[in-house]
Amino acid sequence: MTTHAKTPVDPAPSVPVGGAVGRPVDRRDGHAKVTGAARFSAEHHYPDLTYATMVHATIARGTITAIDTAAAVAVPGVVAVLTHLNAPRIRPVRKGNIVRDLGPSVSGTEVNYLNTDQVFWDGQPIAVVVAQTSVAANEAAPLVTVTYREQQARVDFAAEQHNATPAKGDLTFAGTKKKGDAEAALATAQVSVDLRYTTPGLQHNTIEPHATIAVWSGDHLTVHDTTQSTDASHKYLAWRFGVPAAQVRVRAEFVGGAFGGKFAVWPGTVIAAMAAKAVGRPVRLALSRKAVSRAAGGRTASTNRIALGATRDGRLTALIQDSITHVGSVGGLLEATSSPARHLYGAKNMLTRQNLVEMDLLPNTWLRAPGEAIGSFVLESAMDELAYELAMDPIDLRMRNEPATDPTSGKKFSQRMLREAFEAGAERFGWADRNPSPRSMRDGEWLVGMGAATAYHPVLRLVADVKVRLSNDGTALVQCGFHEMGMAAATVQAQIAADALGIAYEKVRVEYGDSDLPPGPMAGNSNQTATVATSVLAACAELTRKVTALARKTGTTGQEPAATLRAAHTPFLEASVGSTSRLGSLRSQGRFLATFLKDQRWSKAARGAQFCEVRVNADTGELRISRWLGMFDVGHIINPKTAASQLRGSIVMGIGMAMSEQTLVDPRNGRTMSAGLDSYYLPVHADIPPIDVAWLNEPDKSMPLGIIGLGEVGMTGVAAAIANAVYHATGRRIRDLPISLDKTL
Amino acid sequence: MPELRLRINGEDHKADVAPQVSLLDVLREHLWLTGTKKGCDQGACGACTVLVDGRRIVSCLALAVQYEGREITTIEGVDHPLQEAFVRHDGLQCGYCTPGQICSAIGMLSEHAAGAPSAATEALAPEALTPAEIRERMSGNICRCGAYNGIAEAIQEVAS
Repeated sequence: MTTHAKTPVDPAPSVPVGGAVGRPVDRRDGHAKVTGAARFSAEHHYPDLTYATMVHATIARGTITAIDTAAAVAVPGVVAVLTHLNAPRIRPVRKGNIVRDLGPSVSGTEVNYLNTDQVFWDGQPIAVVVAQTSVAANEAAPLVTVTYREQQARVDFAAEQHNATPAKGDLTFAGTKKKGDAEAALATAQVSVDLRYTTPGLQHNTIEPHATIAVWSGDHLTVHDTTQSTDASHKYLAWRFGVPAAQVRVRAEFVGGAFGGKFAVWPGTVIAAMAAKAVGRPVRLALSRKAVSRAAGGRTASTNRIALGATRDGRLTALIQDSITHVGSVGGLLEATSSPARHLYGAKNMLTRQNLVEMDLLPNTWLRAPGEAIGSFVLESAMDELAYELAMDPIDLRMRNEPATDPTSGKKFSQRMLREAFEAGAERFGWADRNPSPRSMRDGEWLVGMGAATAYHPVLRLVADVKVRLSNDGTALVQCGFHEMGMAAATVQAQIAADALGIAYEKVRVEYGDSDLPPGPMAGNSNQTATVATSVLAACAELTRKVTALARKTGTTGQEPAATLRAAHTPFLEASVGSTSRLGSLRSQGRFLATFLKDQRWSKAARGAQFCEVRVNADTGELRISRWLGMFDVGHIINPKTAASQLRGSIVMGIGMAMSEQTLVDPRNGRTMSAGLDSYYLPVHADIPPIDVAWLNEPDKSMPLGIIGLGEVGMTGVAAAIANAVYHATGRRIRDLPISLDKTL
Repeated sequence: MPELRLRINGEDHKADVAPQVSLLDVLREHLWLTGTKKGCDQGACGACTVLVDGRRIVSCLALAVQYEGREITTIEGVDHPLQEAFVRHDGLQCGYCTPGQICSAIGMLSEHAAGAPSAATEALAPEALTPAEIRERMSGNICRCGAYNGIAEAIQEVAS
């Protein structure tokens, strides 16, 4: 039942009717993307388009006492320079509601941009130049001179950690979870480790920088925005600009990577709409790479105490994780770093606690596998350390602690095949060939090591409104405002709808990425595929009932749906899930709560076993990844080709986190120093070997079509597998990311 | 401002631009050939790669005025088996780096055919384009979605 390996290349792309789900269909927007036809947010042409560039604060906390725009205004081609003194007034951020509009996290920060003289982080946008050309805007922006009254700022994470306080948590994640007396159990454990692990801040660095084109027509606003939450974003903008939501349209047909960085509405989007309003012309605000690092949040840094106590035969008696992460003074989110520790191993006594420290930095935000990316590095490295203390195989240690029910909630697992993933993975990878002694395997100048770790990411389902239309020419149209940032989202939903309607895959068209469509979910937390599928299946089932009833009347039972429509002289039939009327919105909120509560009956997650082989140069410390296998328990796979790409891409991001990525903040003034790709190192072709991914393909019976989202799980466990392999290769345990040369030497 | 004449994808284009404007900005903002992407504007990501007289360059670090009279090819003018291979091998996700990857791969294949070595070349005048060679020679083009395996497979298939 293990499926498979290299990217499946389908030699005959035609898809049989009823056989679309499970086929490695090519992504349907591929042609547009390889020919340059795909238009991203900054690429929509308006004849009277203007270009905007933001001016960023150069202090971390304080008040603007004077701002001189004369030199900027004088640059030929400049149309306007807006500051807090002359920008249009907008409404302050509304306290969010998680059910209605995804809550406070939709607003990147709480700052009322260009409506305040207060500065809350180094890089905060404080003015915007609008010009006829981007050249003029870029020339003028640095000419704005600003005088500040500076205040003491908290910008050094290392120095501020003692101010951290226990976090409250929310509906889905408690700040602290306790079971038994973990400290006492640790003190009396036969074998134990008590360790400190640290991780730096990280940046999304999507290759498409954040970009917005804002166009006002009277009181109607259209925004081309690179966003993964069109619905929340259009409601948010409507509130800020005081117009009805129906008058704001957010479009995002193509999004050039997001990974959580384009979920919140960041300053650029709001300021583009303000500027367009002020100048009465369309405005394009395409952030430079440097501006992205100043005006769109990344992942928090973290400091973690992780302690494990066990019996001599490897049964966990104590598990403690105490994490400190940061937020900004004007926003930011709790990064749930102890999520894996709460759900992976059956320790008798547990204490997991999240602590937060507020800092005068750009607020942090979601970045792929928030919580689990860091948490799995911490926990899975510590498990490896404990295995060495016990002189036990690290996979064996994990299997000895496989719980029967969720270790913290006690809930049943909807599905859990971690044991099967490790067994199948170990065999495929050749784990048995590993000599467990550190520094025992060598190939010339290269020290060779093998490492393993568990991957874990919880399941979340939101709600989607969907409309499906079946026409008498045999085609179907699926409409839902979901998002395509590279997951092949439309391809997968077309496969699902084709089979549900019993028509050919090629006959299904899908419209998405537009707030004028029936609202879809935000794309995040690996929810989108299952969320949208739930509604697509419901709408297709209703449509099928309508067709069946019509077929009885027209005597076309058993024929293709279009034949029935033609016999009945009906041009099309439609079915919808949800509506945007007031009542419809309330019902959608009800459906969200019902789904959420239903899903809460189980402990649900994507899981997997990560295996890697690394080579560390004995002379230079250079680290290379030579082999990778990810064996996943991710439910039923709809499209093996694009699913493999999602998992591989996640693993690549994990490799970056392990080897090279870090946000560098100047501890003196809070300025992000890694503000370009010359100073923030992303993995390149040469860093990435062929990545073997496979899955058990066992449907999760509690989910539609057995789907478990897999956009993030691939990133979890990656950094730990690498760090564990580096220890195996060199005998050196690295507890601080990234694993740079100075640490391996 | 001087009037610039550029030959792009076999057609003549005119643009009124200041001398400090990059070829990338002329393509995207003056001629609306937006297939060429801006990722970092500092030559670090490769998203803006185009071909000039068959050679790959990063157009963000190229002044437009220097390219008068040269034969410029952008993704809109590319018709190459690599494009179909990228789709079949799923060598793309979000698609933003893709035009640069494809233009770069075309340039890279001719560099290799002309005998140009890379850091991964074991001996001069290599005969075959090995996976290691492809990865080394394509390392100027970053894909944040991590579609590297599919990209390398697509190039390998077309090269052989």
